[in-house]
Amino acid sequence: MARRPRKPRPPLSLDRALVTPEGVTLNVRLGSGGARAGALVLDLLIMLAILIGFTLLVVLLARAGGTATGPLLMVVWLLGFFLLRNFYFVAFEAGGRAATPGKRLQKLRVVARDGGRLTPTAVLARNLMREVELFLPLSFLPFAFAEGTIDAWVGYLALGWACLFLFFLLFNRDRMRAGDLVAGTWVVENERRQIGAELLDPAALEGDRYRFAPHELAAYGAFELHKLEEVLRRNDRHDQFMVARTIRTKLGRNPDEGYDREFLEAYYAALRLELERKLLFGKRKKDKHDQQA
Amino acid sequence: MNAPLFASRHFRAEREADWARLEALLDIVESKSARRLSEEDLFELPRLYRATLSALSVARETSLDASLVDYLERLSTRAYFVLYGCRAPWGRQIAGFFGTGLPQAVRALWPEIVVATLLTVLSAVAAYALIRAEPAWFGAILSPEMASGRDMNASAEFLRKSLYDKPEDGGLELFAAYLFTHNAQVSFLCFALGFALGIPTLILLVQNGAMLGAMFAVYAPHGLAPGLFGWLMIHGSTELSAIVLAAAAGLRIGRAIAFPGERGRVAAAGAAGRTAATVMLGVILMLLVAGLLEGFARQLVTSDSARYAIAGAMFALWVGYFGLAGRRRRG
Repeated sequence: MARRPRKPRPPLSLDRALVTPEGVTLNVRLGSGGARAGALVLDLLIMLAILIGFTLLVVLLARAGGTATGPLLMVVWLLGFFLLRNFYFVAFEAGGRAATPGKRLQKLRVVARDGGRLTPTAVLARNLMREVELFLPLSFLPFAFAEGTIDAWVGYLALGWACLFLFFLLFNRDRMRAGDLVAGTWVVENERRQIGAELLDPAALEGDRYRFAPHELAAYGAFELHKLEEVLRRNDRHDQFMVARTIRTKLGRNPDEGYDREFLEAYYAALRLELERKLLFGKRKKDKHDQQA
Repeated sequence: MNAPLFASRHFRAEREADWARLEALLDIVESKSARRLSEEDLFELPRLYRATLSALSVARETSLDASLVDYLERLSTRAYFVLYGCRAPWGRQIAGFFGTGLPQAVRALWPEIVVATLLTVLSAVAAYALIRAEPAWFGAILSPEMASGRDMNASAEFLRKSLYDKPEDGGLELFAAYLFTHNAQVSFLCFALGFALGIPTLILLVQNGAMLGAMFAVYAPHGLAPGLFGWLMIHGSTELSAIVLAAAAGLRIGRAIAFPGERGRVAAAGAAGRTAATVMLGVILMLLVAGLLEGFARQLVTSDSARYAIAGAMFALWVGYFGLAGRRRRG
């Protein structure tokens, strides 16, 4: 019998590529186990707070209404509890943000794994699974603490079995809960990034103070350019001093000549223009060891 | 230095306004609602998204400004999530769900439904035969709390009263609500346990069927079997169908995980999960109806023939709906 060829395993890191229907690859980062757990705890706390508030409201109404309204309020409470337990997650995740309040605070969001639209049924499937992932282990807890050895042992076994589901997320590289697996979803980070200031300053290249010879511009590649960009954006004087010294030494210049920031800005601009021009000709110099370009 | 060398600077300067506008629109959608957008904005949003996406592709190939590429990546991803997130024109979704989605999903589960039905019936028959042969089995199948006195030693008079008398404490609506939430919770468990290869779901089904058989074994010797059937089926035709559907949904998931076929386990589980979840929405509604029937109709309607009529009508309704609705017309 011919075995199916093994599919390539997903990488160990949490970075995944997501191809949009337009055919562009977007790099997304999966939410880590810690962030997921944090979101869950926050959501459970919020649910608990809602439950307490709702119960107090029902009790107050019962006090005000007298005995006649008692059964009716019990019905309201039962249905309210049912809705909260089963549809808190569904209602929030089926909304525009695809995230419960806890997930929003952790900057997470639910996404369809195939890159398509997240459907309400997928949201329902991933959250009904919480029944075995979360509520089943919880319901076994009393057994584990029960009196009598047999009950306790059954409880421990059941609890261990249930914990398989509870920690399912840690056993696969895609950080999928059982619910995610069944619904075809995963949870990704949804972080916002501010646009950085343009570092390419034409003024930095004017005048003859900083002219770089071709061999000086060939000393580094894109990787070092990005590190230099980070240093410039961080604007820490000590870092700039150290980096400027290193670069000057590498270029064969006097390590202590001129102002550090000015020198770095000029070198950044010159190097980036040089590398980008080469990029237009299809030559990408990855780092300083890259001899191809 | 001449201007063309600043290509990537120009690239950014030309498009920055578009990106800022997209960001502003996304802020509105994310923090308030898509309804806050004007007609014009709604037209703009996809265009801006595509423009940003193409800018990202260009920037990746031509720009070495890491923070710019990173920013475009985040912005495109955010826009992508908003545009391809859950849509909520609820009216049309609900109509589509009841019109085609739900009945089609139920029909897609037919092999599992057959298995779940057979298993329920067979375990009921087995429990019945077992208890008729050896009454001691009764205690093993139904706990004393569940039976509440309706065991093998109960008198015919007591059993008759349990079928036809109204319960002393009124509170029918409370009873109905309790039954609904309890049954729904059990059916969710039935569905979710499908993930464990469906085996716990099968066990729950057998247990459920055996309890039915045990009840009949108590009532049948006193000639009360038809009465019990009416008492059970007035809501049971709906409730048992719902439980069978929930179990079928769980079994489908278990089957997809155990035997994924050509597509691979993850893809198969995803497809099965979405079909099964659709069915579960129907199950919730059926259990709501069943809870009302059990809480109200069973206590208020006490004649056998009326109970049979309601049971039969409800069953015909479900079978007709799931069997016939949402089929494409053959042209």
